[in-house]
Amino acid sequence: MDAIRVDGLVKTFDGFTAVDRISFTVEEGELFGLLGPNGAGKTTTINMLATLLRPTSGAAAVAGFDVSRDRDAVRKSIGIVFQEPALDGRLTGRENLEFHTMMYGIGKAERRRRIDEVLALVELTDKAATPVDKYSGGMKRRLEIARGLTHRPKVLFLDEPTLGLDAQTRRHIWEYVRKLNKEAGVTIILTTHYMEEADFLCDRVAIMDHGTFVALDTPARLKDTLGGDVVSLELEGDAGAFLETLGRLDWIKRTKYHEDVLSLTMERGERRIPELVMLAQQKGIAVNCVNLRKPSLEDVFLHFTGRTIREQEANMAERNRTMMMGHGRR
Amino acid sequence: MKIHWTAVYVLWRREMIRYFRAKSRIVGSLAMPVFFLVFLGFGFRRMPVPGMGGGAGYIGFLAPGIIGMTLLFSSSMQGMSVLWDKEFGFLKEIMVAPVSRLSLVLGRIAGGTTTSMIQGLLIFGASLVIGFRFPGPAGLAFGLVFMLLIAFTFIGLGLIFASRMKDMQGFGIIMNFIIFPFFFLSGALTPLESFPWVIRALSYADPLTYGVDGLRAALIGTSSFPMAVDLAAMIGFALVMLFLGTYFFEKSEGI
Repeated sequence: MDAIRVDGLVKTFDGFTAVDRISFTVEEGELFGLLGPNGAGKTTTINMLATLLRPTSGAAAVAGFDVSRDRDAVRKSIGIVFQEPALDGRLTGRENLEFHTMMYGIGKAERRRRIDEVLALVELTDKAATPVDKYSGGMKRRLEIARGLTHRPKVLFLDEPTLGLDAQTRRHIWEYVRKLNKEAGVTIILTTHYMEEADFLCDRVAIMDHGTFVALDTPARLKDTLGGDVVSLELEGDAGAFLETLGRLDWIKRTKYHEDVLSLTMERGERRIPELVMLAQQKGIAVNCVNLRKPSLEDVFLHFTGRTIREQEANMAERNRTMMMGHGRR
Repeated sequence: MKIHWTAVYVLWRREMIRYFRAKSRIVGSLAMPVFFLVFLGFGFRRMPVPGMGGGAGYIGFLAPGIIGMTLLFSSSMQGMSVLWDKEFGFLKEIMVAPVSRLSLVLGRIAGGTTTSMIQGLLIFGASLVIGFRFPGPAGLAFGLVFMLLIAFTFIGLGLIFASRMKDMQGFGIIMNFIIFPFFFLSGALTPLESFPWVIRALSYADPLTYGVDGLRAALIGTSSFPMAVDLAAMIGFALVMLFLGTYFFEKSEGI
């Protein structure tokens, strides 16, 4: 049985379409990533799958239960770690976990055993009696992941699990998420806008932009579609003649010229750089900076959407501002 | 819809832990009613209250009003605590739990009622200290019934507001333009009979009017309406408000 099956899911807010007819399935035991800029519709998708928002149209089933009709059954089968902390800061770590396990109807002895177990797992045993207000960001995140597990969900949703955390804590959480998926066999759906996170963790990744999927595959195969390394040259001057020359070279698989930065796709890029710089000089163009990248999912995003993730986020912020002025508050 | 009693209990327990852990907040929320009691109570000590027999004096008139005020403020805040949970993110944790929405509302009502009753009883205690006469067990029992009904009514009202609002931005407006008028119109500080008829007509639509009047009937034995009228009116208000509060809360989307 598929852990998740989504068919033509749509969510609109006041005429703005946040999620636009997406369809996909996630197998049991898979670690699936939703990757995209802020505002792409990742969190809205997760919230619909977790029964927090009602879909405008389309259907979705989680662990075999329909998210519109069988809400309680879905809620029982899932765990979710939200983007913003969802802890009661006045309660201690243990009290937060007790609240959760009691809400899920777990009996007293079992409750105590599981709470001790997950606290040890995320290394918070000695902080269990401290009010959560006194926790650091990383500790809160770990406590939330622990909480998401106490009721043994079949499917775990992680919405930006490492957002705003330092590099060390991020590593820690990655390893932990992986362990959880491989050893405990929990199906995990995570959203992120960190390319390297999706690359490191996910079996398959869906790239999301403007509420739709622009690509869906394994990270390796997504990168393969780019066909090799990317050499970026920051140019100064009129690049027309240079671009024309490059167009005649058959070892350049793809050319993208965007705001004075020329991105070229080729195999063994490190060997081609001297030649490229020479060619540019012949055409009277200054090369300010050269960069060689083995393909990352950042390039994949650029490839499928024609923009980098950061630009896309700037656009979204701009659009949101315009929407706010038009509509008042949503 | 099924009621999950464990969930109701957990929500109630959370409210108790939060309440007793925030000692400074308890003191803070009791300061205003105590000031009202002390300064108005002593200040107007020698003033006769028109239409009040029994020699209870202004303190006798005032204390039930201030108990009513305490309940009004703490219950409507409790009803609106949904918004605080939304602000701090905890609401999502509650909303994804596999329990019926009705259980969630009942849990909130249970927690809010308990803390409001504690507040009200503390003010009752304070008024005894400054010279309010203990009404005897029967009077106290009826008094508790009225306190409970006031708490239910305004928790329901708070839930309605919370379900219609996205965040805390409208909170000040609601406090100043709805909750405070409820307080002043109720005759908690001044006898209704002194109001011009336009204002008195508004007072008759204010649930707290019957709550405070009922408390006076129970605690000092004199009131504008017969106690049965107050009781009937308060039961009506409490049922309607709780029903509407539950209805709007269930209908609102989780986040």
